[in-house]
Amino acid sequence: MEQYVFYILAAIILVFSFMTVTSRMILRAAVYLLFVLIATSGIYFMLNYNFLAAVQLTVYAGGIAVLIVFSVLLTSQLNEKMEQVSLTKALAGGLIAFAGALLTILTIVQYNFRPNGLPELEPSPRAIGHAMLNYGDNGYVLPFEVISVLLLAAMVGAIIIAKRPAKLLNEDRTAIDTSYPSDKNAYTSRTKAEIDSLLK
Amino acid sequence: MNAIYDFSILTGGIHERLSGLMSPTAVMITEMVIIGTLLIVFVALMGLVLVLAERKVAAFFQLRLGPNRVGPWGSLQTLADFLKLLTKELITTKSADKFLYNLAPFIVMLTPFLALGVIPFAPGLQIMDMNIGVFFITAVSSMGVLGILIGGWASNNKYSLIGGMRSAAMVVSYELSVTLAIMTMVIMTESLSLSEIIASQSDGWWIIKGHIPALIAFLLYLTASTAETNRGPFDLAEAESELTAGFHTEYGGIKFAFFFLSEFVNMLVVASIATILFFGGWMPFHLPFEWAVGFNHIMDFIPGIVWGFGKVTFVIFLMMWFRWTFPRLRIDQILNLEWKYLLPMNLVNFLLMALIALSGFYL
Repeated sequence: MEQYVFYILAAIILVFSFMTVTSRMILRAAVYLLFVLIATSGIYFMLNYNFLAAVQLTVYAGGIAVLIVFSVLLTSQLNEKMEQVSLTKALAGGLIAFAGALLTILTIVQYNFRPNGLPELEPSPRAIGHAMLNYGDNGYVLPFEVISVLLLAAMVGAIIIAKRPAKLLNEDRTAIDTSYPSDKNAYTSRTKAEIDSLLK
Repeated sequence: MNAIYDFSILTGGIHERLSGLMSPTAVMITEMVIIGTLLIVFVALMGLVLVLAERKVAAFFQLRLGPNRVGPWGSLQTLADFLKLLTKELITTKSADKFLYNLAPFIVMLTPFLALGVIPFAPGLQIMDMNIGVFFITAVSSMGVLGILIGGWASNNKYSLIGGMRSAAMVVSYELSVTLAIMTMVIMTESLSLSEIIASQSDGWWIIKGHIPALIAFLLYLTASTAETNRGPFDLAEAESELTAGFHTEYGGIKFAFFFLSEFVNMLVVASIATILFFGGWMPFHLPFEWAVGFNHIMDFIPGIVWGFGKVTFVIFLMMWFRWTFPRLRIDQILNLEWKYLLPMNLVNFLLMALIALSGFYL
C-alpha cells in the first residue's frame, strides 16, 4: 500500500517538475512548482514525519509559492509568454540535467545503506524543540541561533534596500511642494485681472 | 466525560465489522472512501446551514426578516439557491487562462477540507489525530490564498487582479497574527495535538485558566482570523462597492459557489480552532475548584457533540456580528492595523504569556 502511495507521489513530483521547467507561461510554472512542493510534503507524511511535512507546507507551499505567485502577479500579464528556447540550449540543458540525475542515481545505487542500530526517535515537536535549544550533545542551539541572526540580517537588509535614502526622500518632498504652488491663482492660465474682467 | 458519548465506540465497531469482511488494505481504502464521502456531505450541509445563518443574522442586525418564503422560516432558501447554482451554465472567459481559471476554485476548497481532517468535533469524532494538529492547520490554511491569487490573475480582469492582490497582501500579513495568537496558547497547552489540547482543559477552559493574556490572545485571534478568511469588515478582496465582486468577478455557477462555500467552511475551521484553543473544544464547562465536583459532573451529562458545535456556533455568531456591524476598512488601514497594532500587541502578549507560564500564575 505504502509503496503505491510512494509511486503516485514520485510520479507527481517527476511530471510536474518537468512541466515547471518546460512551461512557457510563468504563472503556470509556479503552480506546477506548487504541486511538486505539496507532493514532497506528502512523502514526509508517508514517512510519518508530520512536523517536517507541515514545515514543508508552511515554508514552501504557503510561503515561497505564495511569494512567487505574488511577484508574478505584480510583474507580468496573462498574455505574456516566455520566448521559445533554442534547440541547442534545450539540448545542452537536458544533457546537463541528465548527467546530474545519472550521477545522483549511480551514487545512491552504489552506496550501501545500512541501519545504524541507534534507538528509534519519536519525531515529536517536544523532542525537536528540546534538540533545537540544547547546547549539550546532539544539540542544535548554535546553528539555530546562527540561522536566526542570518534571517534577521536578511530582513534588515531588505528593509534598507526598500527604503529610500533620507536625502532622496527630502528631494521628493520638495519636488511635491514646488509642484503645488501656494498661490491658488496659479492653477489657471488666466491672470487675476482677466478673471476679474470676466466676472464683471 | 461520560463514556457513552464517545464516538470511538461507533467508529471502532464499524472498523471491526469491516475488518471481519475484507483484507486490511481493502478496509483502509473503504474507510477512506466512507470518510471522504462523509466529509464532503458534512461540508455541503454546513455550507447550506451557514449561508442561511448568515442571511438570518444579517437580517436580524438590519431589522429585516431575511429569507422567509422557501420552506418553514425560509429554511430551504439556501438549498434552492444551491440547486440554482448547480444548474447554471458554466461560462469561461475567452481570454482567461483556462487551466488556472478552472483550477483556482479547487485549490480554494482544498484547504478547509485538509484542515477539517484533524479537527475533533466530539470525543472520538476526529478523522486523524496528528501530533502537530494546530501546526498542520496553520500550514494548510496558509495555502488557501493561492487559490484567490491564481483565480484573480487567471480571470484576466482588472477587478479580479486587484481583488487578488489585496487579498494576498492582507492574508500574508494577518497570518502572522493568527499564528502568534495560536502559539501564545500553545505555551499553556504544552502540546500541538488538538486532542491533547482539549484534554488539558478538563479542569477548566484556557480562556478562564489563562485569564488576561488568554483573553487578549482570543481577541487578537478573532480579529486576525476574520481578516484571514476575507470576511467583513476585512472583505476587501471582494469589496462589491468598488470591485464588483473582486477576485471572483468572472466566476459563475458552481465555480462561484466553490469560492462562496470555501469562505464559510473556512469560517467553520477558524471558529473550531478558536473553540479548541480557548473554550476547550467538546470539553464540558468545568471549574478548577474542589467544591465544584458536583457541578462538573452535571455538566458531563451534556454530550460532547452539543458542547463542541454549540461553542463553534457561538464563535461563528461573533464573526457574523462583526461583519454586519463594522464598516469595511481601506487597504492601508487594514495593513496599518496588522503591522502597527496587532503584531506588536501579539508579541508583547506572547512574552506576557511566557512570563505567566514560568511563574505558574494561572489556575
